[in-house]
Amino acid sequence: MSETHDPSAGNPLEGLAPQHEAEEPSGSRRVIGTPSPTPRAVDTKAPAPDESPDYLPTDPSDPVAAKNAERVAALCFLVAFAAGVCFLIAYIGLEVGPYNSGNSVVAALRSNYALGSSLGVALLALGLGSMIWVRHLTPNIEIEEHRHVLKSEPQDRDAFKKDFATGAAITGITKRPLLRRTMLIATAPLALAPLWLLRDLGPLPGTSLRHTVWKAGTRAVTLGGLRPLTPADMGSPGSLITVIPEGFQDDDDALAKAGVILIKFAPGQLHVPTIFDGKTQLYGMNWTVDNTIVAYSKICTHVGCPVALYEQTTHHILCPCHQSTFDASNGANVVFGPAARALPQLPLGTNAEGFLVALSDFTQPVGPSFWERG
Amino acid sequence: MSDELVKIPPALDGVGGWIDDRFHLAGGARVLMKKVFPDHWSFMLGEIALWSFVILLLTGTYLSLFFVPSASPVVYHGSYTKLDGITMSQAYQSTLNISFDIRGGLLMRQIHHWAADLFLVAILAHMLRVFFTGAYRKPREVNWLIGITLLLLGMLEGLFGYSLPDDQLSGAGLRIFEGVLQGIPIVGTYLAFFLFGGAYPGTAIIPRLYIIHVLLIPGLILGLITAHLFIMFHQKHTQMPMKGNTEKNVVGQPFWPYFMLKGQAWFFFIFGALVVLATFAQINPVWLYGPYTPLAISSASQPDWYMGILEGSLRIMPAWEINFLGHTLTLSVLIPFAVPLGIIFTGAMLWPFFEQWATGDRQEHHINDRPRNAPVRTGVGVAAMAFYGVLWAEGANDVFADKLSIPLYTITWIARVAIFVIPIGAYFVTKRICLGLQRKDAELLSHGVEIGIIHQLPNGEFVEESRPLTEEERAVVGSKQVPEAIAQPAQLDENGIPAPASKGLMGRARGIANRAFLETVDEAPGHGNGHGDHEGHAVGEAEHAAVTSGDSDQH
Amino acid sequence: MSSIIARRRRPAAGYAAVAGGLVVVGVLYGALSGGGASAASGQQNTDIAQGKSLFNASCSSCHGLGAQGTPQAPSLIGAGAAAVDFQMSTGRMPAKESGAENDRKPTDFTQQQIYDIAGYIQSLGGGPTVPTSSQVGTLGADTAVGEELYNGNCSACHGFAGAGGALTYGKSAPSLNASTPTQIYEAMLTGPEAMPVFGDGTITPKEKRDIVAYVIDTRNEANPGGFSLGRIGPITEGAVAWLAGLGFLVVIAMWLTAKRRDPVVEMPGDDQGDAQ
Repeated sequence: MSETHDPSAGNPLEGLAPQHEAEEPSGSRRVIGTPSPTPRAVDTKAPAPDESPDYLPTDPSDPVAAKNAERVAALCFLVAFAAGVCFLIAYIGLEVGPYNSGNSVVAALRSNYALGSSLGVALLALGLGSMIWVRHLTPNIEIEEHRHVLKSEPQDRDAFKKDFATGAAITGITKRPLLRRTMLIATAPLALAPLWLLRDLGPLPGTSLRHTVWKAGTRAVTLGGLRPLTPADMGSPGSLITVIPEGFQDDDDALAKAGVILIKFAPGQLHVPTIFDGKTQLYGMNWTVDNTIVAYSKICTHVGCPVALYEQTTHHILCPCHQSTFDASNGANVVFGPAARALPQLPLGTNAEGFLVALSDFTQPVGPSFWERG
Repeated sequence: MSDELVKIPPALDGVGGWIDDRFHLAGGARVLMKKVFPDHWSFMLGEIALWSFVILLLTGTYLSLFFVPSASPVVYHGSYTKLDGITMSQAYQSTLNISFDIRGGLLMRQIHHWAADLFLVAILAHMLRVFFTGAYRKPREVNWLIGITLLLLGMLEGLFGYSLPDDQLSGAGLRIFEGVLQGIPIVGTYLAFFLFGGAYPGTAIIPRLYIIHVLLIPGLILGLITAHLFIMFHQKHTQMPMKGNTEKNVVGQPFWPYFMLKGQAWFFFIFGALVVLATFAQINPVWLYGPYTPLAISSASQPDWYMGILEGSLRIMPAWEINFLGHTLTLSVLIPFAVPLGIIFTGAMLWPFFEQWATGDRQEHHINDRPRNAPVRTGVGVAAMAFYGVLWAEGANDVFADKLSIPLYTITWIARVAIFVIPIGAYFVTKRICLGLQRKDAELLSHGVEIGIIHQLPNGEFVEESRPLTEEERAVVGSKQVPEAIAQPAQLDENGIPAPASKGLMGRARGIANRAFLETVDEAPGHGNGHGDHEGHAVGEAEHAAVTSGDSDQH
Repeated sequence: MSSIIARRRRPAAGYAAVAGGLVVVGVLYGALSGGGASAASGQQNTDIAQGKSLFNASCSSCHGLGAQGTPQAPSLIGAGAAAVDFQMSTGRMPAKESGAENDRKPTDFTQQQIYDIAGYIQSLGGGPTVPTSSQVGTLGADTAVGEELYNGNCSACHGFAGAGGALTYGKSAPSLNASTPTQIYEAMLTGPEAMPVFGDGTITPKEKRDIVAYVIDTRNEANPGGFSLGRIGPITEGAVAWLAGLGFLVVIAMWLTAKRRDPVVEMPGDDQGDAQ
């Protein structure tokens, strides 16, 4: 009878508690699946299941107040029921989207308000009812539970260490350096394999960050309308327009580096710098059109947001992301903010038909800095 | 009152028996049912995060039935006619469909996004509660580390999640993310090209972020939350210093049924609050932002609030780049990316161990500290909040400039000074406030509480009557524990040799840190001036001694 | 009629009467009140002489007699009628003070007076003219094109929904919520103050109309998700999450865990509340 498979013997934390009988009698053989010959002892060190009183009171102290509270909670639950039904009806009754012949935004608005307020009321009413339930319909009790020291008893720790050491000795890993070392070597390539497999996530950057799709003769066309521009189209001084290289309007990868802003200055306002940041730049008059129309990269040199904010009175190009500010009248040099380099200038000219074209690609990489930039 | 137990229906009894026959659950289930949970409102902050996460899983699953995680271009002809004819990604189009063509779709999207914001709000509020009450101390250091990891994972999860609809605002955020990656030395361009599958923007990023957002990170978060809760269960929750609460017990109400009922109420309130927000407060209106193109940007472009500190770091930084030997080290980007968050996360992770090192305190702590009783900890916490707050506010600098008519650059310059000055000032001010409150507590302990009855003495002096603290009040007010002095060169052993711990650079540093932690107030003001003859004074010698010795429940 | 009389003493009759009265008043008001600044009908019947005398009275002190400019204000020769109409109909001109920026304010001039002055300035040196109503009418415009152009050229300053934005040195790009279609068109055409010029060569009249339609449609559009929170994005969302979301829940948490009024029940065989 004592052999019935009931090893717990009233100890619910059996499995977690270390056993006091750590080893079988040596030489005995056990049939797999049967209980061990000696029953495992109850671990007296495990926390006893309850030190609180056996039975808690079940009724609240004031039955009349409780009855009132029950009514209030019941009302909350009825409100929740009604709101839930409203939700179901609103879902069926209020249509959205293509089935609605009117304004889809208004339809979405009505549906959202109806579904949301009914669901919200239902949930809040459930919450309120549950709160009244727990606060007013239960007895107000306070019980105490013992904390047990988390640190295990020294004999348990020692027994653990002994078990662990025994098992480790059985593997022989400390006595067999050949085995140990070859196992370590064996796992090394497999540990690297997951990293290796990630190589084809993408191509190597190569030199692609150094170039854009602008080439000599590429026409600048407006965003949206895709119209090539003549210098006359630029209109009066203070004009700004975003342009893209012709043919690449659907290529976001190209546009992410090739967006350009054209700015028109009054004669004499545009100062072409020859030196900035301690380096001599190869700017010359022939990168602008009549020294009045200039083209700068639209991609901020900080972390790549498009810089579209231009103040014609101060000639400042402001990037709205982190407020890097560039002076468009002076080579787009940085005047404030975290960007460390001026906006690259696109060499601009006109072709035989009089349209604005690039004279070549940018002479430096556009966009955010990177390690190999130079 | 008749205490009637519920009669368990035979069917339920049968099922329960069938399960227990196979799983041996009765004992363990009893332990669980009787587990005591202490009650304090601030203990419920973590549960806001928990239930918000559950709601995120539910609403996220619903959204995943309709969302198409593809960057393939498609021309829109749906019911939001303002954008009819525009080329957009399928991700954006499916988001418009969810918002305008699926009943309850917009509601689910908004609940999901509000729940994400609230998830991180709750994590931060919970983290601050744990920090200021010292609940991260032994034995809970591992849980603290798990919590910080959950915060980091939550931030990433939110960032990737709101980038999925491929709208203008989140697309700008992805561009910034790529620009920052690209700037990392040596491996930056490779990381950027591998993550995006080539040049930016490419078409791979949306589906990759999708699987990270719906599978990888939620799996990690779920696992860590489980570990976090299990550890909390196993070690039992901390409790506030109150009468009857000791280091050796937990006082409160049992899990079954009290905590379950309260948890049920709390879940419904959280879900209800989120639904109310989703009904009456529009969030992430992607149809107003438009589909992402790399050439468009809006003013007031900010990420969701929990990334605001990174945004502010990028805005506060002056231009700084180092070019050498054909390489560029763009500190304008790298310092904001790594330093502020690095300080906060590393500081938070190391703090429990630093505090142990500085105080030599290796005991278990299950009673929370009142923040005033740990002035250094509270001061450092407030300084960290100030540091976070300055950067967070700087992230909104253009909105402040516009709405408050303050010049844009002025705000940034103020922030550049404030980021150093305000945290340091906050530490000192907070520490002094804590010590002042400790002084108040010492006075309460020695003189009692003033009760508003005032007498005039024959010599013209006015005195106010006071009553002694009740036992409940004394348990709270007198709960301060002062650390021991360690590593002080003045501590000599019997042979006159200073403690080895105080030697060397580390020893001296430890001594300085320890001295900071030792600073406390034991005396009520005016002690030792013969105050015993005041009328209505109700202090006894024993209480006096209890105050000055600073001794309370230690072991 | 008898059915109404029969129901006149019902409880709902009062509400019905009030509602009916409100409807009547509302319809009358809508019919009779002018609907905002109507699209410009061009400059019919412009009285240049009148414009000149108005100009001399109100504008010449800064812009000079003959509009050639003074140290306080620039020359208006060549500025065009569109610029005058924009600046004056938004109330920016006459400027109260010379400074970095003039904000929109109520104007003391009638639209006819503004046309007269505009006509006078146009006669001095030409320039962009006031757009016709067909040029700014939003019916039939292509908002998809408008979206692409607005977001590519305009939203960096004015915000994705026209809420405005910060510029440098204390200036701001204004909100577009009060602007008429004509004013939006004229602003693009003339580039007032810090705003760049978007002439007809860079953004064609048709494209301008599409942009105007996009702005007006966006402005008039309902917010299906609830209150718009200002249409500036995650900043106000985060504030609401902290203040409304966490605030509400903290109050509920305090209520949920508050001390109960009923007394704590004595447990059988337990001396509860052992102090240690």
